[in-house]
Amino acid sequence: MEHEIICLGCPNGCHLLCTSKPGGAVDVTGNTCDRGADYGREELLEPKRTVTAVVRTDSPRVPWISVKTTRPLAKPLIPELLEELYRATAALPARRGDRFIENFRNTGVDVVFTRTASLEEAT
Amino acid sequence: MIVEAFVGNVPENAGFGAPPGGTNTPAKVISHMRDLEYDAVVIGAGAAGMAAALRVHAAGFRVAIVDREDHLGGILLQCIHNGFGLHWFKEELTGPEFAERLAAQVREAGIDVYLNTTVMDLVADNGMKSLIACSAEHGVLSFAARAIVLAMGCRERNRGNIGIPGSRPAGVFTAGLAQRLINIDGYAPGKRVVIIGSGDIGLIMARRLSWVGAKVLAVIEILPHPSGLTRNIVQCLHDFDIPLYLSHIVSRIAGQDRVEAVEVTPLENGTPNPAKTFRLECDTVLLSVGLIPENELSKKAGVQLGHDTGGPRVDAHLMTSVDGVFACGNVLHVHDLVDFVADESSRCGGNVAAYLGAGLSAGGQGRVQAGPNVKYVVPHAYVPGQDTQFSLRAMIVKKRGTLQVKRAGVVIKRKTLQHIKPAEMIYFKMKGTELGPAGPDPAPIEISVE
Repeated sequence: MEHEIICLGCPNGCHLLCTSKPGGAVDVTGNTCDRGADYGREELLEPKRTVTAVVRTDSPRVPWISVKTTRPLAKPLIPELLEELYRATAALPARRGDRFIENFRNTGVDVVFTRTASLEEAT
Repeated sequence: MIVEAFVGNVPENAGFGAPPGGTNTPAKVISHMRDLEYDAVVIGAGAAGMAAALRVHAAGFRVAIVDREDHLGGILLQCIHNGFGLHWFKEELTGPEFAERLAAQVREAGIDVYLNTTVMDLVADNGMKSLIACSAEHGVLSFAARAIVLAMGCRERNRGNIGIPGSRPAGVFTAGLAQRLINIDGYAPGKRVVIIGSGDIGLIMARRLSWVGAKVLAVIEILPHPSGLTRNIVQCLHDFDIPLYLSHIVSRIAGQDRVEAVEVTPLENGTPNPAKTFRLECDTVLLSVGLIPENELSKKAGVQLGHDTGGPRVDAHLMTSVDGVFACGNVLHVHDLVDFVADESSRCGGNVAAYLGAGLSAGGQGRVQAGPNVKYVVPHAYVPGQDTQFSLRAMIVKKRGTLQVKRAGVVIKRKTLQHIKPAEMIYFKMKGTELGPAGPDPAPIEISVE
């Protein structure tokens, strides 16, 4: 079966034509780089997205701090991750790149802070 | 439920514009004005201001950055999504990460930064420019500088700008304001949302709202094509099964105290067909209907504005009509990618350094004109023999189109473009040799796409 997929690998947004073959293989055409072929295959078999959100902190100075997943996460797991993030509280100070959640649900995906928030001065 | 997890327990002091410690202290009585002198003062500490200041500083000049907000980085801090930095830092980053990288360079360079400081007035006669600013911390400051860089960014068009009929209930937000409420202050602006306009900020907010548990009912676009990037249509709308109504308008906003519904009408041959109007029950309306350069200070300085970009007109050196006053970033024209803002602003900083030092190339400049299917081209002038980076905004959607540059009626460059669309700025460079030999009175060039 053929699927037309817009590649999200970069802002070029190539139109990929992905065909699933018996045995789980996927043919990808229309890509202009190797990442496009990988993206098409993955989008058909197990679509993933990078998740960005904000997490409540323990400091009124910076009440919410932004975070991201270090790699794209399987789509069905995204609501679970968001719930966990919104129920959590981050302790300040925090530095950009510090890990907030390690290896979420054994996916190998971490959640890290995307900004630095100190207690002394606004960033 | 995601939405309850997100909006519960908002700290009391997480209100709009939660200030840093400094502005919570009572204002001191100001008895005198402090006089400061720099080679250049940059107004705005966003990506544009920082990139420009870094370049001026690197050339050995004394430069200061003034910003009314409490942080370096401007609007980037609330743009928590990824997709930034691929060109400028060669790495995919979120907005706050991009801002912090630049801010770290500014701090490392030891550039003087005046935060929480609002510029009140800018007087730019020839020679020295003077700038009056004030803040709770510093009192009233008077800056004198030989060069000024305008890097104030842009603001959002709002309901008044597009004139939507109906009542005036609470619950109508610009997309950027909603983004700030969610990402900085921790408030979800509503639960059932209709977004007007398919610009990138609106699309990004469709996803963001879905991820905090709100239901986005539809995106309504007046044009027959999306205004945002294709990838954002996919990852922000298709992923959440949010319908996009092209060639549709919101013909009425209904509700007394709070938005209760919007009425949506299709356009047929450019005219609304009221017979096909339908109603969407919602409590919130977001507007993503374009950005306009922030021109208040530019006007005070007597800078000439262009109808095409909405921002200052600039020459080949990104200098405005006022000698020594430069402009870059979204105050000059609205960009879609911060990477291009940084690149343009860094070049602007280089020109400022040349102005302060050896002087800008004195060669005659020729006019740059927007040809067929082009809304605008920046800069508005060129110097023959000098490499020039052009930014232009197309007015048509076309696959495998052609960009063409004519000088005195003769084609001097043709280039094939894979995708032409208004949503994506066309950024291209011409070599000095392509632009012809230097001369006293260069012919205008005209840039078009088809």
